Amino acid sequence: MKPSAFTYHAPKTLDEALDLMATLDNARVLAGGQSLMPMMNYRVVQPGHLIDLGRIPELAFVVDTPEGLKVGAMTTQRSIERSALVRERCPLLIDALFHVGHQQTRNRGTIGGSICHLDPAAELPVTACALDAVMTVASKNGRRKIPFADFAAGYLTSSLGPNEILIAIDFGPYLGSRPERAGSAFEEYAVRPADFAIVSVAAVIAMNEDDVISDARVAAGGIAAVPIRLTGVEELLKRQRPGADLIERVAATAAALPAEGDDANPAEYRQELAGHLTQRALRKAIQRVRA
Amino acid sequence: MSTHEISVTVNGKAYQRTVDSRLHLADFLRQDLGLTGTHIGCEHGVCGACTVLVDDATARSCLMLAVQAGGRRVDTIESVALPDGTLHPIQAALSRHHGLQCGYCTPGVVMTLLELQRECGNDPVGEAEVRRALSGNLCRCTGYQGMVDAALAVLPKASSR
Amino acid sequence: MSGETLGTEPLGELIGRSVPRVEDARLLRGEGRYVDDIVLPDMLHAVFARSRSAHARIGYVDRAAARGLPGVHAVLSYADLRPLLTCDRIPLALPAAAVKFDAEPSCLAGDEVCYVGEPIALVIADHRRTAEDAAALIEVDYDELPAVTDPRQGLAPGAPRARLDCPDNLTAEHIVKYGDVDRIFATAAHCFAEQFRMDKGGGFSIEPRGVIARYDAGEDLLTVWDGTQTPHRAKTVMVQTLGLLEHQVRVIAPDVGGGFGPKAVFHPEEIAIPAAALLLRRPIKWCEDRLESFTATVQERRQIWDVEVAFDADGKLGGIRGRLYHDHGANVPYGVALPYNGVTNMIGPYVLPALHLVVSLCLTNMVPVAPTRGAGRPQGTFVMERILDRIAKTLNLTRDEVRRRNLIPPEKMPYATPIKQRDGSVMTYDSGDYPECQRRALKAAEWDTFPQRRAAALRDGRMLGIGLANYVEGTGRGPFESTAIRIGPSGQIVVSTGATAQGQGTKTMLAQLAASVLGVAADRIHVVDGDTAATPLGLGAFASRQAVTAGNAAYLAAQSVAKKAKAAAAVMLEVAPDDLELKDGDVRVAGVPKLNKSFAEIARALGGLPGFALPGNINPGLASAVDYQPTGMTYTNGTHIAEAEVDPISGAVKILRYTVVHDCGRMINPMMVEGQVCGGVVHGIGATLFELMRFDDTGQPLTGTLADYLLPTADVVPRIDIHHMESPSPLNPLGVKGAAESGTIGAPSVIVSAIEDALRPLDLRITELPILPSRLRAIIRAAQKSGKPV
Repeated sequence: MKPSAFTYHAPKTLDEALDLMATLDNARVLAGGQSLMPMMNYRVVQPGHLIDLGRIPELAFVVDTPEGLKVGAMTTQRSIERSALVRERCPLLIDALFHVGHQQTRNRGTIGGSICHLDPAAELPVTACALDAVMTVASKNGRRKIPFADFAAGYLTSSLGPNEILIAIDFGPYLGSRPERAGSAFEEYAVRPADFAIVSVAAVIAMNEDDVISDARVAAGGIAAVPIRLTGVEELLKRQRPGADLIERVAATAAALPAEGDDANPAEYRQELAGHLTQRALRKAIQRVRA
Repeated sequence: MSTHEISVTVNGKAYQRTVDSRLHLADFLRQDLGLTGTHIGCEHGVCGACTVLVDDATARSCLMLAVQAGGRRVDTIESVALPDGTLHPIQAALSRHHGLQCGYCTPGVVMTLLELQRECGNDPVGEAEVRRALSGNLCRCTGYQGMVDAALAVLPKASSR
Repeated sequence: MSGETLGTEPLGELIGRSVPRVEDARLLRGEGRYVDDIVLPDMLHAVFARSRSAHARIGYVDRAAARGLPGVHAVLSYADLRPLLTCDRIPLALPAAAVKFDAEPSCLAGDEVCYVGEPIALVIADHRRTAEDAAALIEVDYDELPAVTDPRQGLAPGAPRARLDCPDNLTAEHIVKYGDVDRIFATAAHCFAEQFRMDKGGGFSIEPRGVIARYDAGEDLLTVWDGTQTPHRAKTVMVQTLGLLEHQVRVIAPDVGGGFGPKAVFHPEEIAIPAAALLLRRPIKWCEDRLESFTATVQERRQIWDVEVAFDADGKLGGIRGRLYHDHGANVPYGVALPYNGVTNMIGPYVLPALHLVVSLCLTNMVPVAPTRGAGRPQGTFVMERILDRIAKTLNLTRDEVRRRNLIPPEKMPYATPIKQRDGSVMTYDSGDYPECQRRALKAAEWDTFPQRRAAALRDGRMLGIGLANYVEGTGRGPFESTAIRIGPSGQIVVSTGATAQGQGTKTMLAQLAASVLGVAADRIHVVDGDTAATPLGLGAFASRQAVTAGNAAYLAAQSVAKKAKAAAAVMLEVAPDDLELKDGDVRVAGVPKLNKSFAEIARALGGLPGFALPGNINPGLASAVDYQPTGMTYTNGTHIAEAEVDPISGAVKILRYTVVHDCGRMINPMMVEGQVCGGVVHGIGATLFELMRFDDTGQPLTGTLADYLLPTADVVPRIDIHHMESPSPLNPLGVKGAAESGTIGAPSVIVSAIEDALRPLDLRITELPILPSRLRAIIRAAQKSGKPV
């Protein structure tokens, strides 16, 4: 299974990369290669040009900004996993990464690559969805910011223009100014632990001093073509005191959402999983707030 | 279609080669350098038979282009035993605990366990962690038990077990 | 892990010891030499263009663009290769009365393709990637024909033919019967009917298949490096099909990365590549890639068993009758034994007074079918074990008790079952204590205290179940295996064998046996296997046979060599042979080590010097060759017990505990036996809970990556707790039985039994395999909707 022929480019700066994107036809960006190379080896995709971003050091970073955590698109999953800053500022990412592939793939796989690939149940896109992450996208014509909901255009399809590259992801301030009153959890069901999730749910809960839910973010992957926010569920949670009844009701709402299925994992199965995983994720998130 | 000159250090030795853009690292090691210990089992990053170390981190060499290895250090199974053939403790343990049968997945397993060993340092490692570390290496022969036993024999244990 | 021996005489120091494997060091260092590691000067690379249609007539195949690609040397069709062949199709049919017509493969498709993946054209190029580029440019005119994708539908009146060159789809049919089934059903206390459906998948060794062929004109020799389990058979087929002479073909199985059955089967590429090499006069390498392996290599497919069971008020089996529909795929490259094995193995270690099963093999337009590890036996055992569980439930007996009542008691051994086998002999279980095996397993698995574990788990909201299964496995299939031992003038001991290795430790086993008799360390023995030049005859690895056949051959050959060495040394030392012992490469007078002759000296003496008589006029050569012919199959048995946790919401099954008591007669190397059992159990876990090769109803494969077809990984399988019993076989000098497949045979039954047990409140009845999570969830959901709690 050898890929079809292509011309390989390894720009050393972002500008060089953007120039190449603007001038080359049938070009694809190579990030960590963990999603793209299998597709190329299977000849499912056959780019004429491969633009390797791996030699552009400024695209890999993890920084804390006044607006929240910001991560370069080419940051490897492994370095995010190991980052004390991420653990402190955005623990949902750490939880999500626990389920992502294997060490061998996380060593080279990037956060940007996973988010742009947009597998419907993949953990990093679901996390970005839950946190309303904002994508910084660059082209020769400049930069723009795209919130995740607009970035995820369709099945395996981002809204990146033909000459655009994702360069950074802003994860925001993690729910308001009091991160110590927030808790998050990532739950998924996969047949084997490291497999692609069939359904995954990310939940972030913020509570005020009166133990009332002040903010709730719940995102699910694997029930639609792209990860989606369960806004109905979120509304049910807000301004409520957490309790078993509430969680059950909310989970039932999640399970009632329409889902798209396939031969191997039909819609009904995915709906049930969505309900169940929402329940688990919320319980855990709330427990973590209280801890 | 393009070709590229690369300088890469493999098993401590520097090489200069010209490679086709679409040659993956596994094929480069096997064909261009004759290091056939790294095996190909799936070419889509699932089986782990092609696992090598790139700058000390495990990688699926079937998912990396040879040209991407330029300027990097690659270590393969051939570097693990001593030059006189003496097996590394991980290799010796795999034999003692019958952690290999046909040997095809074995080089990948060794590289994975080397990384685990290095990363755990002196911290004790339990069976669940070993199994998780090995979950990215498919084996059809052994049922994994011998490999797990080998790893547990070599890695630091918790003081009370 | 405990071992027990029952009345064995001493066989030699090393037999029964877990000797470290002689194979290991080089494999660990990455010095293995598998087919794809072999590089020959001037070698070209081959890629097959394969059918995208499950059934079609092929019109024009446009190869022009492919040929025109730089670096492409040839694009060959069947018409190009046929002049080199002696026959249209590869002569693989195995004689069997049940076969109605042969359905053999051809090396490349002619004017009809019968499954997606069937090879149509062969591209030869400088590089693999170029050959793939060219193959992608080949355009095939498919004139689509209806496809048969279900064995029942394929045998219904009016069904389309899966192959136009065959009269219909019923390629073979036999009836396995004995006893008065009708009377038993007429008078039985209880009776039920049930359907069992099985789907499986394939061997999926981590190393796919591969063939390299080189014709050397100077030596007039075609050498084929072939990742095969059966090089001698491969050579025979090549000689016959290519019209060559025996001395013109050499087949070498190098290091092989797992076999599991599919590599024992001769595939079209094993003719196409040598034929192309003869045509182009260049060495040609073909290595199967993973995508190809989903359709290019034989698999096991669907079976549907419709059976009725009669039993008495005590839960004793009366009779089983019914029909088995077996999906055989698009051709028959390895005979029709696979479903037959299932039926004969269904009887298992139980007394079954009457049986009447019609076994119908249907050709379908899917990947051809041939045995994978277990070779049909897991399916038969599944049917029997599920039947026994149902009988237990009906009569409110425990599952272990119902089995106790049906197990063949040890005093009946050797037990002649009522089955007459393919070769006319009676299927006879030679030794084994089945009730004791079950008793030990129940004890080791703490069966009696399971209810407490179940209750404790339930308090945590977890659903735990336990399952039990017994099986036998016919092993040591003949007709023979050859092993020769020769000690040369250097003193080096060489064992040459027709047996082969794909990870089971063949070299170590044979070295251990020879070393034991010859009084040396195992690593002093050099084993040559998998090479038709090393032994003139041989069969190879399949059907768990090599310990019995090659092992006994090696043992007998070593005894013969030892005897000869003593006889020669006796003459040379002027002592009686009985005064001599073999130790460390010498033959020495017992108690007087200085009085010795080395193997080297003896070998030189027996090698002959012109004009000098051989010592004592013994035959020349310190060697012996034995073609060991087993007198009958020998029967391994075992009991599996598994505890599993079921998540009723996701349908996920987690096996928490797995116990095996295993009896393969005398063990040569217990460590290696355990490796086989453990590997086999995990293989069986895969076949039950993870693996499914899916096709749509037009015959298109839906599974094409290892991310769809899931193999068990280290983090989803438990430790396997293995205990041994040794009921030596009376049928061979070593008393050994085969061990390689038995792990797969008990696993599906025991896991499904545990799942049903975990979900007892739902009163489920699962009669299908595999049982993937989404499918189990669907079964649970249906049960819940019909009003059951949980």
